[in-house]
Amino acid sequence: MSFTREVLQLDPARETARICGRIRELLAGPLRRRGLVIGLSGGIDSSVTAALAARAVGPARVLALEMPERHSAAETLALSTLVANRFGLPRLQEEITQPLEAIGFYQRYSEAVRLVFPDYGPGWSSKLVTESVLARTGFSRFSLVARRPDGTLERRRLPLKPYLEIVAATNFKQRIRKMLEYYHADRLNFAVAGTPNRLEFDQGFFVKLGDGAADLKPIAHLYKSQVYQLADYLGVPGEVIQRPPTTDTYSLPQGQDEFYFSLPLAQMDLCLYGKNHGIAPERVAAVIGLTSEQIERVYRDIEGKRVATRYLHLSPLLVTEIPEISGPLQSSMPVSALHQ
Amino acid sequence: MAYATNKIRTFIIDNFLFGDDTRLQETTSFLEEGIIDSTGVLELVNFLEEEFGLIITDEELIPENLDSIERVEAFLERKRHHADLENEGPAVLRIGA
Repeated sequence: MSFTREVLQLDPARETARICGRIRELLAGPLRRRGLVIGLSGGIDSSVTAALAARAVGPARVLALEMPERHSAAETLALSTLVANRFGLPRLQEEITQPLEAIGFYQRYSEAVRLVFPDYGPGWSSKLVTESVLARTGFSRFSLVARRPDGTLERRRLPLKPYLEIVAATNFKQRIRKMLEYYHADRLNFAVAGTPNRLEFDQGFFVKLGDGAADLKPIAHLYKSQVYQLADYLGVPGEVIQRPPTTDTYSLPQGQDEFYFSLPLAQMDLCLYGKNHGIAPERVAAVIGLTSEQIERVYRDIEGKRVATRYLHLSPLLVTEIPEISGPLQSSMPVSALHQ
Repeated sequence: MAYATNKIRTFIIDNFLFGDDTRLQETTSFLEEGIIDSTGVLELVNFLEEEFGLIITDEELIPENLDSIERVEAFLERKRHHADLENEGPAVLRIGA
């Protein structure tokens, strides 16, 4: 099979129709819900998911939730509002700084950072970073980058305890957002749409029971560059399309490719596609402009992340299978059966 | 180094395998066998630093040093030898301390 940059080209009209049809089927069938709640971040993935949802069930059956907090980027809210307005979506803002404060997030996070930067406090900001698989020579190393009030930056390697504490505390953000999404879904009898693209879904770039939780994930099969193609087709505002992908999670701006992915996302896409389709590293290397050895390292990194994050995808595991529950879904079961 | 080997082996079996040592040989690759991942490496480093009183640098965080009991043991030996040379005296590593 040929391998070029064009392998990820799709027919956006056809793909849109396919996804929208499937959303309706899932809502009417196994989910039995009347609409969709979507957390809008001002990023490309949630914007495309929202646009697809609006097409699938009509904007009145979609609730766009905006959930900024103290460390959210300044432009986040403006962009999500722009998207909701573009697609005519009812929009609700739930500021999560207060719940995060109540649960002790900011304090827990700062205490964890002080294990590495003892002076960390008001006026400082920070982010977690790791090295690209192409730059590192050994195991993954996680570091914390901190900016002092005078603007100076310093990077220090994270030992086990502060690393785990920082990740655990930060996961509160995604989990509180998901709790709110389900609150609104329950009160409206809607389902929750998750917004991962294929890279994030495959590589486990999500928080279990946080942004990883959802009733359906309409774009989880799409490579990132395919999400951009749909964004163009669906009319997602240019400001969102041009925004560099960010986690918008730490107080210092953090790109997805400095925290998690080995390469810029367009290249990561081609590597993942190449690996999934058994394309030899030298052929991918020629298209991307890297060496075969580098592509082999990316392939190994992809496999390593799959193994390390496998448990994120798992439902609670049972000692003994319960066939009445874990067998194939009886979606053709009549509603009357539910009342017996 | 028998003491260190036993300590390392016990840590790996207790912490990562919940007591099941059937698939752990001296040369078993922790990575290839799926015994440890990137967080597991941090746990191993934390154990080695605390148990043996040493500091592991960024450059030393490589599979050649840490990917089997045998490799960890050899790495500790090199660290101790290096410390001996630097101090021209007894090892600063508190092996067996």
